[in-house]
Amino acid sequence: MKQKRTLSGKIVAYPHVLWSVLFIMLPLLFVLYFAFTTPDGAFTFDNIIALGNHKATFALSVSLSLLATVFCFLLGYPLAYFMAQASPKKQKLLMTLLMLPMWTNLLIRTYSMMALMDDAGLINSLLSALHLNTIRMIGTKGAVVFGMAYDFFPYMVLPLYTTISKIDKSVLEAASDLGASPAGVMTKVVLPLSSSGIISGVTMVFVPSISTFYISQKLGGGTFDLLGDAIERQFQNVNTYNVGAAISLVMMILVLLSLWVMNRFTDSDEGGTQA
Amino acid sequence: MKTLQKIYTFLIFFILYIPIVVLVLFSFNSSGNTGSMTGLSLYWYRELFATPSTFTALKNTLILALSASVISTLLGTAAAVGIGKFKNKAVRGAVLSVTNVPMMNPDIVTGISMMLLFVLVGSLIGLKEKLGFWTILIAHITFCLPYVILSVRPRVLGLNRSLSEAAMDLGCTPVSAFFRVELPAIMPGIVSGFIMAFTLSLDDFVISYFTTGNDFQTLPLLIYSMTKKEVTPDIYALSTLMIAAVLILLILSNVAESKGKNKENETSAKAAERIG
Amino acid sequence: MKKLIELKNVSKAFDGEVVLDNLNLDIYDQQFITLLGPSGCGKTTTLRLVGGFETPDSGDIYFDGQRINDVPSYKRQINTVFQKYALFPHLNVFENVAFSLRLQKKGIAEIAPRVKEMLELVALKGFERKNVNFLSGGQQQRVAIARALISHPKVLLLDEPLGALDLKLRKDMQNELKKIQKQTGITFIYVTHDQEEALSMSDVVVVMADGRIQQIGAPTDIYNEPKNAFVADFIGESNIVDGVMEEDLKVTFSGHTFTCVDKGFAPKEQVDVVVRPEDVDVVSVEQGMLTGVVTSVTFKGVHYEIIVDIGGFKWMIQSTDFVGVDEKIGLYIEPDAIHIMKKSEYSGKYGDYSSFSDELDELSDASAVEE
Repeated sequence: MKQKRTLSGKIVAYPHVLWSVLFIMLPLLFVLYFAFTTPDGAFTFDNIIALGNHKATFALSVSLSLLATVFCFLLGYPLAYFMAQASPKKQKLLMTLLMLPMWTNLLIRTYSMMALMDDAGLINSLLSALHLNTIRMIGTKGAVVFGMAYDFFPYMVLPLYTTISKIDKSVLEAASDLGASPAGVMTKVVLPLSSSGIISGVTMVFVPSISTFYISQKLGGGTFDLLGDAIERQFQNVNTYNVGAAISLVMMILVLLSLWVMNRFTDSDEGGTQA
Repeated sequence: MKTLQKIYTFLIFFILYIPIVVLVLFSFNSSGNTGSMTGLSLYWYRELFATPSTFTALKNTLILALSASVISTLLGTAAAVGIGKFKNKAVRGAVLSVTNVPMMNPDIVTGISMMLLFVLVGSLIGLKEKLGFWTILIAHITFCLPYVILSVRPRVLGLNRSLSEAAMDLGCTPVSAFFRVELPAIMPGIVSGFIMAFTLSLDDFVISYFTTGNDFQTLPLLIYSMTKKEVTPDIYALSTLMIAAVLILLILSNVAESKGKNKENETSAKAAERIG
Repeated sequence: MKKLIELKNVSKAFDGEVVLDNLNLDIYDQQFITLLGPSGCGKTTTLRLVGGFETPDSGDIYFDGQRINDVPSYKRQINTVFQKYALFPHLNVFENVAFSLRLQKKGIAEIAPRVKEMLELVALKGFERKNVNFLSGGQQQRVAIARALISHPKVLLLDEPLGALDLKLRKDMQNELKKIQKQTGITFIYVTHDQEEALSMSDVVVVMADGRIQQIGAPTDIYNEPKNAFVADFIGESNIVDGVMEEDLKVTFSGHTFTCVDKGFAPKEQVDVVVRPEDVDVVSVEQGMLTGVVTSVTFKGVHYEIIVDIGGFKWMIQSTDFVGVDEKIGLYIEPDAIHIMKKSEYSGKYGDYSSFSDELDELSDASAVEE
């Protein structure tokens, strides 16, 4: 009886296992395969070597998305902290306000930024109405960083808010009671206790930022390439699939590796918190 | 909240909302100018509704989101129940890690990896149109699965073992014990997993971009193709309508949630009364 | 003894609800003082005011003669042991205990021996590297005490620190806390709703109800000379009946005039009379000053708990002699077993055992713990 039950229980997971093999593992193996073959299917290291041409793209992508991530963290942490301290009713309202942009399509959000920053957009119209020089924003790296930060800001605040609001108030009181000034409470208790939220917030901003192609296309005005743009362009043409696969492979390894490192970091830091 | 905190919070939300407000405002602009308001009109909405591709895209988006979320919920729930029954810890860990890959991987990698598979398999079996509804559906199911499992599995893990044992003790077969006792208990997780899958599918652009064909366009893809041309306010109109839809959904879910909470409070109060 | 903390006309309200109503309290150096009362009586708020986690709406708080209303908690020489310990989950036992010394930028050479000493004091020798999240309730409790004591505060505040422990552990910890207090000479301000705990540990007990102090005194005084019906009922078991003071040393209640030891009341003054259950002797009907019918008898181990109906009022009596239900018995009360109290707002609310049951008593205790 018991034996039969565990057997039947296991079976229901099999379709998913099959699905995962077919549509998660197999596609990734294809990326690997394409990265190391020529369009004719012959084994080669050329695609990987060709990545040298994209060094600047890698560097720019990493630096712009890091900048956006730092920007989001510095602006988002205080907000998350203040939100966690508001009355429950206010917290709910602020959460809803934060969710609405999150649920609005990324393209729309980016596009709305464009409406503001365009050469003939609202900001420049206002400037010229005030007889000031118009500013060219679209096409600058600043616009792209701002776009990334703007698009993914809620993804930073949400996990931060969740972890901070879960911190027991009496723990903060205990720190103050033992002589910690407000700044001391912040650095010695609140920050370390919200480290898991920081990690997921950073991940949720950094990963989509480093792989985006839409934001750089729209706000960068096509004047420079990010990793996402490079990949997207290689996949427009069947003959360059292999180079695109190589770039994707390296980016994936980069992202998964940093995720793994960050998770290790939190695991060892507060492994017992779950208890 | 102290004044300074209030000001800060207000400022951040103000900046967060300016672009959206501007976009909504300019959707009612009477001219095609995107820099200044020349007058109020519904011209761009009429323009939008005059284009048949809008409705096709809307229909496609809904069909896709509904089928992807239903299938991924079924597959994912079964998986969440079944994974725990794997005795071997390593196997269980491996299945869970592979499941989570689409959640961790950049969307663009998920997108191109599936595209490579579809294109290659498609040309192997000699298809002319290799990408289309079926490929985008498979892709959507794949990236929704981890989210469904993520929201159902904690409920499964939280199940009280004696629940199904009690049911079997009272004469249920293992299968009917599952449907009568365990399934209702994990239902909230299934529902929230379904909703999450539905909205993710609705919202996805990047993975769709790589896995769909010319004959199947969704709303995000339509917006993308519209923004490739010069800026015209009919995109504003479409965006405004989508934001309005999201807003209504959010409000509805909030109302439903608070109602559910009231009910919960009521029942717990009643339970307390009975004990007292 | 030196006056260390002084609360003067302190009031506090939350959302318009008055929690503390014009409270005056002096606390002396090296005292073990307990704030005792049911949940919602304002005892925890009083503690939080002293700790600096709340500020009074009106009135002043003095520490060592200095007004400290606006001194934040981190600048007060007062440390707290929180109700649920509030240990830092990201730090191990050593770092939790060392927290305040680390803030003072003390070197490890000074910190390590002091942490060791503190852990020895609370009987947690060798626990330095343990993860606090995996400790038992009693062990977490000890870490919290060590953490609060290491910086040698003048005052230690303890907010129902034993509330989450089981009975056996509670008794042990009570003794240990008392020992630590004696050893360190630190003033302890202890909050509890458990009257037994309050009586056995404290030098001074402050009984609170409805945001006001009902009585301050040594445990024996509180028990033997309760000031009003609330105190009499809250501390131990009491039969509280309406009486009339005939003259000094003479009181009439339940239709009989008794000799008592109280005086100083106006002639014919209405009073509350308290008689503790253990002070009533069961005698034959003929010998009894009062007679009544037994309505229930419960065996309690040391004694029987007998409920007797005397003219419609239910008395509780503790006796080692068995009597049967429905039996008619006589009751005999010595003069010094009778305690007379002035009428108060609590008169008539307590001291009748007609609806008494142990279970109800325990239920209300349990709900008080949760508060």
